[in-house]
Amino acid sequence: MSLAVLGRALRHATITNKSIPSLSSLRFYGTEDSRIATMVQNNKVVVFMKGVPAEPRCGFSNAVVQILRMHGVEYDAHDVLSDEKLRQGIKDFSNWPTIPQVFINGEFVGGCDILLQMHQSGDLIEELRKAGISSALLEAASKEKSDSGKSDPK
Amino acid sequence: MISVSRRFPILGFWRMSTVANAQAGPVEQTMHKKLTSCFEPVHLELHNESYMHNVPKGSETHFKVVVVSSQFEGKPLIQRHRAVNDALSEELKSGVHALSIIAKTPEQWEISTKEVEPSPKCRGGFGK
Repeated sequence: MSLAVLGRALRHATITNKSIPSLSSLRFYGTEDSRIATMVQNNKVVVFMKGVPAEPRCGFSNAVVQILRMHGVEYDAHDVLSDEKLRQGIKDFSNWPTIPQVFINGEFVGGCDILLQMHQSGDLIEELRKAGISSALLEAASKEKSDSGKSDPK
Repeated sequence: MISVSRRFPILGFWRMSTVANAQAGPVEQTMHKKLTSCFEPVHLELHNESYMHNVPKGSETHFKVVVVSSQFEGKPLIQRHRAVNDALSEELKSGVHALSIIAKTPEQWEISTKEVEPSPKCRGGFGK
């Protein structure tokens, strides 16, 4: 196919799309969902929050940031306040009505309450381990043990 | 309920605490009704925490709920929270902006401190 023909075909495709608004809006929703699907796979831990980790703009988001910091977890954070499409899109994606939202290994884990309870029960350490992340709290605990000679170092 | 109370006399006290707060706003009262009918809780608390946020006085935007129900037995946290979110989905769509959830089984509640900490401080992100 010559370049000219390809160019014509592309132009035609663009015009066709514009002339059917319902099709474009369908495409838009699909795109937002697949964009989020890519985002949650991009790192082992992904957080959707209000504000950024250095400056959370909601107490619940801040709690999530503090918990992950305690575990020494590196994660992707997305600020829903700076992206209106994402703010609604993430709620639809995970069928969860509130922010923050935490994903581990691409799986939706929960919001602030669930992460806090997982942190308190020790389940978070286990969930991170399954994702191949060693929690800093666990390392600190085993270091303490090995220092006192009760357990051999890693 | 009666047979349960006989086994656990303390439940009489719990039942009292599931009575709706007379000062509750209309949204809180509706939420109370819905949670009561959905979960038949042995203990139910609703806390309107809107005053902690940058919203007009008397708002009903931020809530914390404590639901203690035998329906949660054998269910992981995320399913319990989804069930509560589903029960209050209309409210969450129409003005309730934050919902903090504590969902326990009667057994878990019994061994807990039964004290609920207030939600973390607002950091100004409400609204646009």
